[in-house]
Amino acid sequence: MTRIRWTLWAPLAIFGAFVVLVGYQLTQPAQTEVESAMIGKSIPEFDLKPAFADRPGLASADLRDGQPKLLNIFASWCIPCRVEAPQLEQLRRAGAPIHGVAIRDRPEDVAAFLAQYGNPFTRIGADDLSEVQLGIGSSGVPETFVVDGEGVIRYQLIGDIRPEHVPLLLEKLQELAR
Amino acid sequence: MIPEAGLAALWLAAALAALQFLAGGIAVHRPQGNELLASLVRPAAAIQALLTGLAFLALLYVFSVTDLSVKLVASNSHSAKPMIYKLSGAWGNHEGSMLLWVTVMALAGGGIALLERRLPERTMMATLAAQAFVGLGFYAFLLFSSNPFERLPQPAAEGMGLNPLLQDVGLAFHPPTLYFGYVGLSVAFSFAVGALLTRQVTPDFARAMRPWVLFAWIFLTLGITAGSYWAYYELGWGGWWFWDPVENASLMPWLAATALLHSVSVLAARDALRTWTIMLGVVAFSMSMVGTFLVRSGVLTSVHAFAVDPERGSFILALLALYVGSALVLFGLRAGTISEGERFAITSREGALVVNNVALSAILGIVLLGTLYPLLTEAFDVRVSVGPPYFNPVSAIFLVPMLVVLMVGPLLRWRKDSLGRVSKPVLGALVVALAALAAALILGPVEVLPAIGFMLSAGVAVASVMPLAGRNVLRLPLATWGMVLAHLGVAVSLFGMAADSAFTKEVLVAARPGDTSEVGPWTVMLDDARPVAGPNWTAMAGNMSVSYRGGDAIHVAPQARNYWSPVQSTSEVAMATRWNGQFYAMIGDEGEDGRWQLMLWWKPFVTWIWYGGLLIGLGGMLALVGRVIADLKRRDIQRRVSERRDDAEVTA
Repeated sequence: MTRIRWTLWAPLAIFGAFVVLVGYQLTQPAQTEVESAMIGKSIPEFDLKPAFADRPGLASADLRDGQPKLLNIFASWCIPCRVEAPQLEQLRRAGAPIHGVAIRDRPEDVAAFLAQYGNPFTRIGADDLSEVQLGIGSSGVPETFVVDGEGVIRYQLIGDIRPEHVPLLLEKLQELAR
Repeated sequence: MIPEAGLAALWLAAALAALQFLAGGIAVHRPQGNELLASLVRPAAAIQALLTGLAFLALLYVFSVTDLSVKLVASNSHSAKPMIYKLSGAWGNHEGSMLLWVTVMALAGGGIALLERRLPERTMMATLAAQAFVGLGFYAFLLFSSNPFERLPQPAAEGMGLNPLLQDVGLAFHPPTLYFGYVGLSVAFSFAVGALLTRQVTPDFARAMRPWVLFAWIFLTLGITAGSYWAYYELGWGGWWFWDPVENASLMPWLAATALLHSVSVLAARDALRTWTIMLGVVAFSMSMVGTFLVRSGVLTSVHAFAVDPERGSFILALLALYVGSALVLFGLRAGTISEGERFAITSREGALVVNNVALSAILGIVLLGTLYPLLTEAFDVRVSVGPPYFNPVSAIFLVPMLVVLMVGPLLRWRKDSLGRVSKPVLGALVVALAALAAALILGPVEVLPAIGFMLSAGVAVASVMPLAGRNVLRLPLATWGMVLAHLGVAVSLFGMAADSAFTKEVLVAARPGDTSEVGPWTVMLDDARPVAGPNWTAMAGNMSVSYRGGDAIHVAPQARNYWSPVQSTSEVAMATRWNGQFYAMIGDEGEDGRWQLMLWWKPFVTWIWYGGLLIGLGGMLALVGRVIADLKRRDIQRRVSERRDDAEVTA
């Protein structure tokens, strides 16, 4: 009988845990500007093969050509990446150079993703083992880095780019261009 | 004037809900001496339904005339919209959809108050008080933080809601369909709470609750089916289910409602599974609220862009904690005192339905865990994305045994049966299942899950019509037809899923006008790519001639569209539908060498997924109509019996 009583309270316990969890998440600011440990550091050396046929691959040297750039970590299987696509397109139209790193992806999936949601990238590297991703201090997709002309990480945006982030990112790029 | 009248009606309705809650609560607590208060409860519920109905009509009116002095109209409508989208704009936003929510809830409350007479009066009082208690929270939400009738200090010159992407018939009717389902479950919740309060968990209680569960479940089934098809053609990704948080938010109440539907039938027919039914009644509506919370609060990222507001999220979370928390506390306190109900053998209809309940609850747990897991790890600063690699195999662990039992369960007798008695039809279904597996393996290399899918869909299809065997189909109750149809729908849908994932052919080509490509049995020729213009967009349309196995050419033209207000590019897929599947095409960018990127799919039997969903919904409708007619007949007979008794007393 005691055992049965315990099971009757189990739903309440599960529900309590749920409320605590989402309650905690609600109190957290929606987009925490986590200062990555990598900010101010130079990107590590890497040379990635192209993620699909239409764009060249990406090497660390491409991020050190004197021009500040955006580096977008994405994947075709990542749903928030679809949500941020219009914002990336807006950034591209505003003249921001954007390089991409496709995480654990297949060329045909990348091609389909870009055909569907638009291709804002000048170069796309295929990071099949998440090596570069981990090397630059990114823990998930999507993430967007602002990298200055010398290849130093200046800003990290975790999560999808929301419309209100577009002016923020453009401003960061302009600051670095000066 | 009309908006103010609508607001006044809402305030009055809220006051009546308070009256209904207090009077009902007192009448439950102390029935003696409070007969006057008790007599107010039913009229309060009925008038409340009328008032919220008027408030909703007032909202429809201000949207239909585009009254730009109302803030909600100014920010969500536009004088140049077609009338249908003006009207659907009334509920296509946060405030309006909350008004729709309380309106449906009040209509349901009024419905039970006026129609339901077979339960003990005390249980009815408790049910109506619970319904009013839940309603009060949503009235507070609406009146204090989401007033749909708020005026602007200065009427706007023109509305801001001409978003072309929202002008879609699917989008206009998909959300309210789900809403009817969500809110219908609130009635089941109130019944469960009422029965817990008065400890009256009886077959009569189950019969009173069943039509509401069926009603909600039909809407949820159709809503999910429509939502899945919408995602399939609108997101242009070729997939029909993404395990996206918003999709899961609608799937979880459906899973709970499906379990509840089966459990409530056991309680109605056999007076067993009392605790299960109560539990599921509470869980089903809790899942509706959890879903609403996850979608509106913005704690999860999803392909569905909703107006997200953390403050509203906190409000919904508070309501959720209050209602679900107190219902679960009540459950913990009272469920132990509800006696177990009738006993039954493992090999019996009840036994099979227990498997159904456990499996559906387990799948519900799996989906809930997968949906919340990213939130859980995020609390520890790890971000993860949970997708099909988790959901598909893990839910299959429970889905497969459940479908195996589904092949046997409907053939079993209540209380106690032996497998030997049903061995012939079951063996027949098993043979068909194995034949289907063999056929699938001969047709080509098939992965494990689709192979199991083919096997089970064939087995379930045969087994689902077995209950018709040896019976006079004309005299079979409608509810039985409903069950047969719904189970057949499960088989049809499963077949579509298995065929789509096993045999889909997909190619990505770069084609110049005049080039021909092949995908599966289709030959595709790109005739030309030319610009087309719509009222608020321009597009490149790829005109293609496609033919199935060399048959007549069909013209399809997928588009890559650019809207200019707001600036947005979308892909409009084009499809050619046959009875055995769909050809699905998408056009991408033009390459530098004048070649167009085309994404072409052949998806065998994919449409059967949604045909199956429709069959399931249709089965539910037959069951609902059958149950209601049977109830009316029973009521009529009871009335005549009592009349005759009265006559007998008079003549005696």
